[in-house]
Amino acid sequence: MKKMEMTRRHARTLLAVAAGLTVAGLSQAGEVEVLHWWTSGGEAKAASALKATLQGKGHTWKDFAVAGGGGDSAMTVLKSRVVSGNAPAAAQIKGPSLQEWAAEGVLANIDDVAKTEKWDSVLPPVVANVMKYKGNYIAAPVNVHRVNWLWANPEAFKKAGAKVPTSWDEFFVAADKLKAAGIIPIAHGGQNWQDFTTFESVALGVGGTEFYKKALVQLDQGSLKSPTMEKVLTTFKKVHGYTDKNAPGRDWNLATAMVIKGEAGMQLMGDWAKGEFIAAGKAPGKDFVCAAAPGTAKAFTFNVDSFAMFKLKNEANVKAQKDLAAAIMSTDFQEVFNLNKGSIPVRLNMDLAKFDDCAKLSSKDFVDTAKSGALVPSVAHGMAVPSAAAGAIQDAVSQYWNSDKMTAAEAMAKIATAAQTK
Amino acid sequence: MASPSAAARLDHWLPRIVLAPSFILSFLFIYGLIAWNGYLSVSASRLLPNYEFVGFQQYATLFANERWMVALKNLAIFSTLFIGFSMAVGLLLAILLDQKIRVEGVLRTVYLYPMALSFIVTGTAWKWILNPGLGLEHLMHQWGFENFTFDWLVNPDYAIYTVVIAGVWQSAGFVMALFLAGLRGIDDSIIKAAQIDGATLPQVYWRIIIPSMRPVFFSTLMVLAHIAIKSFDLVMALTAGGPGFATDVPATFMYTHAFTRGQIGLGAASATVMLATVAAIVVPYLYSELRSQRR
Repeated sequence: MKKMEMTRRHARTLLAVAAGLTVAGLSQAGEVEVLHWWTSGGEAKAASALKATLQGKGHTWKDFAVAGGGGDSAMTVLKSRVVSGNAPAAAQIKGPSLQEWAAEGVLANIDDVAKTEKWDSVLPPVVANVMKYKGNYIAAPVNVHRVNWLWANPEAFKKAGAKVPTSWDEFFVAADKLKAAGIIPIAHGGQNWQDFTTFESVALGVGGTEFYKKALVQLDQGSLKSPTMEKVLTTFKKVHGYTDKNAPGRDWNLATAMVIKGEAGMQLMGDWAKGEFIAAGKAPGKDFVCAAAPGTAKAFTFNVDSFAMFKLKNEANVKAQKDLAAAIMSTDFQEVFNLNKGSIPVRLNMDLAKFDDCAKLSSKDFVDTAKSGALVPSVAHGMAVPSAAAGAIQDAVSQYWNSDKMTAAEAMAKIATAAQTK
Repeated sequence: MASPSAAARLDHWLPRIVLAPSFILSFLFIYGLIAWNGYLSVSASRLLPNYEFVGFQQYATLFANERWMVALKNLAIFSTLFIGFSMAVGLLLAILLDQKIRVEGVLRTVYLYPMALSFIVTGTAWKWILNPGLGLEHLMHQWGFENFTFDWLVNPDYAIYTVVIAGVWQSAGFVMALFLAGLRGIDDSIIKAAQIDGATLPQVYWRIIIPSMRPVFFSTLMVLAHIAIKSFDLVMALTAGGPGFATDVPATFMYTHAFTRGQIGLGAASATVMLATVAAIVVPYLYSELRSQRR
């Protein structure tokens, strides 16, 4: 009895030693643990492409996928991991939040990767700046979503005898015609981020790029309290009159479904809405129209997903992390991922032969606006200002959208105060 | 064989040893974390905990925040109505069930069942029922009552009352069970004596039974009050704080600011205020209970 126990214990020790040796033997190959919330359909497929690339380089991939929409729950898990000194290699973080994380001193400098891969020349400077903290790259961008899109159902427009609007004046003409034809003019989901997304497109269309930059990126008090802002708010509120009563609480994809079915004529939503149309078997240009939100054809509000790189201790893991950063920006991954996700590559000058017309238009505008300076970060999707200020402005905008009593002037004062949130 | 003295010593130490793990765990993970939260609320923490002391600045920011004031007002409306209606409905159901009726067991189960659901399920179900385009209003229109409107869910001024409706629906059965137990615990002979004295049934309930159920009232109040103050899941599922932030309550406010907006300090301050609210209700109650026990 006792002898057997001894043998068993011996065997276990041997096994442990053997395991230790194997790990030591593979010390060149590291492990990357990646926190992401690409757990659904096309996105999951895209994530596994990245996994395959890294495994090809001999590294081990450890999924740290936390399901749950916009990643709120993932962020909570990430915080506890970082606080306990056990950060993953990379995590899906975007916009000014990157700078907030970097300011906590937990992100790694990946300038060497950026230099060998020439990120500075393949990324538009506005996007590159988002990826940097104090001039050093701390994150790798994955894709570009355009937020200022208008999705329209051509059948509904034909029935109403309207044409897809290119300015806000035309927008209301078209909306009136749709309404007269018994179609809900605008499919809207009354959740605060969707209210804010609509606001952003109105602000860009009515106020123009310069106003947008001053008011919603630099949070300039003068611009936030200007007559232009009042006009933006009045127009924004007018849009509310063309939505249906059941909008509050509706998810964005259900609003998209209303356009797909022809119950509603248009939707103001970012290009992730395209996936819903495609999944319903609709062809771009024929069954649905993608156009820039009214008055914003020459502008582009970007929402760039990115992976923040955390400081790691293990040498091999750092190597793996750098390979991950390089792989994310490679043309292969950019193509595969964005085809699946419905967004466009963040790299300039890529071959887009496999992409659809909406993506091609989006990409063309991305390149053009990067040159003209009309490429602006999306405030509604956490790209323009720190999360505290963005959240406070979102509260004020959403309150105004939902309130029957608040005037544009009152809303303006509230938004201006909210913009000072630090 | 252990000597008697060893057995006595074991008797002395065993309860302490057995209780120690749970004592240490609750001390660390409840009181320790409360203290940590308290410290965070006077720190400059943003995205991650940060121990730079800033005094009561987070509290000043908190009470200058309109959304927080809306959340507090909603809490007041919600908890008053929720507790009031749950108790009234629960008591009424208990009294009606107490009339020695047939199939009481079945009815009791029917009323108690909502309690078995999570607030998420309740919230989602009521979201569909109250949605004007899907639920009640739509149904009434289909039945031919074209003028029927019930759009509280999508109306920022009334949305908080829909939370009350869903909350009462869920909790009234539970309150009923508590009250029913209380009613059954009352000595029959008192009631018989009252009846002999010529008291009517309402009088018996109003003058004798309800006053003698005071402890049950108190424990029900305790349970409901903390459900009301903690309420998070119900609001999240039913309205997600919307339209706008019209149905925000302190718990959803705290979650949003601490976890999605990188304002842990502000979130911690709001959590401390919530704790203070609970304490303001529980401490006087515990005090009076303990005092009456000592007497």
